[in-house]
Amino acid sequence: MYYDEPQGMAAKAMGFVRKQVANRLNGSLEDRDPDYLREALPWLWLLSTFYFRAEVRDLGNVPADRPALLVGNHSGGNVIVDTFIFSLAFSTYFGVERPFHQLAHNLAVAWPVAGGMLRKSGTLSASHEHAEEALEAGAPVLVYPGGDWETHRPSWEGNKVDFAGRKGFIRLALDAGVPIVPVVSIGGQETALFLSRGAGLAKALRLDKLLRLKVLPVSLALPWGINVGDFAGHLPLPAKITIEVLPPIDLEREFGPDPDVDEVYDHVTALMQEALDGLAAERRLPVIG
Amino acid sequence: MRIDESVQVAAPAETVWRYLEDPENYLHFMSGITHWEVVGEHPNGLGARYRILVRVGAAEVGGLVEMVEWHEPFDIAWHSVSGVDHRGRWRIRERRPGRTRIEYRFAYGVVGGGIAGLITEVAAMLPVRRQMRRTLQQLKRQVEHEQRRLEAELRRATRGAVAS
Repeated sequence: MYYDEPQGMAAKAMGFVRKQVANRLNGSLEDRDPDYLREALPWLWLLSTFYFRAEVRDLGNVPADRPALLVGNHSGGNVIVDTFIFSLAFSTYFGVERPFHQLAHNLAVAWPVAGGMLRKSGTLSASHEHAEEALEAGAPVLVYPGGDWETHRPSWEGNKVDFAGRKGFIRLALDAGVPIVPVVSIGGQETALFLSRGAGLAKALRLDKLLRLKVLPVSLALPWGINVGDFAGHLPLPAKITIEVLPPIDLEREFGPDPDVDEVYDHVTALMQEALDGLAAERRLPVIG
Repeated sequence: MRIDESVQVAAPAETVWRYLEDPENYLHFMSGITHWEVVGEHPNGLGARYRILVRVGAAEVGGLVEMVEWHEPFDIAWHSVSGVDHRGRWRIRERRPGRTRIEYRFAYGVVGGGIAGLITEVAAMLPVRRQMRRTLQQLKRQVEHEQRRLEAELRRATRGAVAS
């Protein structure tokens, strides 16, 4: 009896945590709060304009009156500044009233405080169902097929689009009947010195099974110095961020009624790589841009 | 935050008005403008609506605006309906024949208040003022060019009438 009580409490605590996490992961489209976004815009504008000297080009390529699947290359470790900058640009261009959702890793959405802020800004935990639901509701959805694999790539691979062969986004666009709009960004991988994905370490610690994490990244980042995992984030260096939105790709029109997923994947990644090479050619110095 | 800028142009108020009342001209002289689209049935006049976007810092800001004053040939004023909260006005006054002062007034607020809102309003002041000055200089060039074109047209018509 003496030992049962703490066990019971531990079980209750675990149950509580599990319930909290499940609630956050099952968040709905209605968690997005336009007023919250409107109030966040001044901070985002200040940071984007003066700290990151950000530039977002060709937002007019996002269809104004119908949903679309926005496909981006993922950068910056767990501090994905380009996503925040893109959200600012989208909200000022189309107005906070237009629904817009992003998919993020379960861990980010379930995180206390930060997770709540992400959900209010329209972020949903990454799943095919959530994306489909948002597209059906008429909202553009931003996905990062490369996920944790791409965002933790070493800094010297910063100008490389690496979706690790993940093609689920193509099936998603086909099922929903929406165009793919590639969103290419540069500079995120210069916000810290990313050294290694630590894929072997993640596998050895079974993080892929326990937390859907295929990486345990190692970087040199402020204020930690050596930063393993990047779970608490880091203070990003003021790298210049440039984002370019490419013209929409109507899959059925360009690839026929039953497109070959591999062919579409090669086409989309090649287009994005070409655009990223163009952005890289404009940069003279790391961080400064 | 409210900013006022003005410019003197060598043209009568009617020429300035005719240029400013045509929504198609705005893309030619508004500095930093990336989008100007008529929304609704009326291209101009009281109640006309436009979707406008202007690049300020890292973002293209703007939204839907509605014309709330249309007093020919003196005043055009608008208010934002959605997007960034702002008001604007063209004040056109002919000081002496053929010499007109155009005043461009722009007032904006950053919803969200607090320290971030205040800092943003102040930080945005310099780029906004710079764009307003550039806008007025471009407007002056366009209007004076238009005035010279009208005068040349008149001279040609007069010569034609005398010759016949």
